[in-house]
Amino acid sequence: MIRDFVYFTPKTVEEALALLSQYREESKIIAGGQSLLILMRQGLITPQYLIDIKGISSLDYINLDAKEGLKIGALTTHRAVETCPVIGNGFSVLADMEQKLASVETRNWGTIGGNLCHADPAGDPAPVLIALDGKLKMTSLSGERIMVIEEFSKDYFETVLQADEMLSEIQVPIQPPHTGTAYAKFTLIEGDMAIVGTAVSITLNSKDRTCNDARIVLGAVAPIPMRAKNAEKVLVGKKIEDDLLEKAAQVASEEARPIADIHASEEYRRELVRVLVKRVGGEALERAKGA
Amino acid sequence: MKKELKLTVNAKPYELAVEPRTLLVEVLRNELGLTGTKLACSSGSCAACTVLVNGKAVKSCSILALQANGKNILTIEGLANGANLHPLQKSFVKNHGFACGYCTPGMILSAKALLDENSNPTEREVRQAISMHLCRCGTYPKIVKSILDAAKMIEGD
Repeated sequence: MIRDFVYFTPKTVEEALALLSQYREESKIIAGGQSLLILMRQGLITPQYLIDIKGISSLDYINLDAKEGLKIGALTTHRAVETCPVIGNGFSVLADMEQKLASVETRNWGTIGGNLCHADPAGDPAPVLIALDGKLKMTSLSGERIMVIEEFSKDYFETVLQADEMLSEIQVPIQPPHTGTAYAKFTLIEGDMAIVGTAVSITLNSKDRTCNDARIVLGAVAPIPMRAKNAEKVLVGKKIEDDLLEKAAQVASEEARPIADIHASEEYRRELVRVLVKRVGGEALERAKGA
Repeated sequence: MKKELKLTVNAKPYELAVEPRTLLVEVLRNELGLTGTKLACSSGSCAACTVLVNGKAVKSCSILALQANGKNILTIEGLANGANLHPLQKSFVKNHGFACGYCTPGMILSAKALLDENSNPTEREVRQAISMHLCRCGTYPKIVKSILDAAKMIEGD
């Protein structure tokens, strides 16, 4: 049985923030609970105060602005992101990623904000959002701050959120022209957590089709989602062909810092990085050409 | 400290007082006696406990009961209309879609959610709908066939 706790169901962000300010480290926020409840049932997390924000409807939205880009409320379910036409049309890599995230049941209740705050290094949304150059908005009683997503995770299951702060919004900018982004993860069963995850975004120069920008983001090979910056440098400024992708993939596999665990050895994870960066990079390149 | 929980389960309204740490599956099985919803892995990994909350498939072991406050729940007990089995149930019987039956209620409810949204799914779509539902008896091919056949039965009506 889960250890007993005092339970709050704030209806507004302000109510939630007031509770957070009051109870701080003794409290935990629950949204969909698809990650948190598992840990609570195992006794790994035992908050005295549980602040259930699932009912805060003002944080459940997906809006697209032609200039500002995509704005997703932190309490938007994975399923909503997966099935939203706005996302399917303009940011389809997010729908691709959500389709492979756990199962329908988890996606129906779990939220994208909750996933990011859980900060599992094998999580799917973070690498994709980093590849898309996304930002996060965090809110507290003292105000708001916005941060690039790649600075959000500090360590395994640890983010930079302060004790009185909550995540309120995920922002994805309108992508530059000729940009393609793709994501894939290696798993044993579809829906499993990534043994290695790879998101790649490639932006091509409109005149000569060389690579203007490349973002290669790896999941499950470090305590946080990591950008393979040396691998990115291999691609930028050049015309991307197969052998260049192979070289970038090789550099990425050396840059990665995977550990060995029950799912894979360190060597196998490096090999998976090498394969996935080439494969996903190729997919991103094709999408960039068509964009 | 117990909190008030109001639920509609299989079209019947219930009012209960539950401790906040209570999971939805515990309310369904222990408070309401609806033991058709099975608790198998207790870790959110098998989806045997799947029920429909406002028409959406969720794992009842992975949500706090109080999060279902004010919502409509459908369990396996709510599918049949008296003695008339739902086409999904008829199809699972006809196509031998279960061996021990433990994963079956969860499979059927996820299938119902699929067919309510997509009346003519492909085999791939059926497999995606029951993704991560574990069947230790290995009846998967017959489960998929049962669901596809049920879709035809419903379409044919």
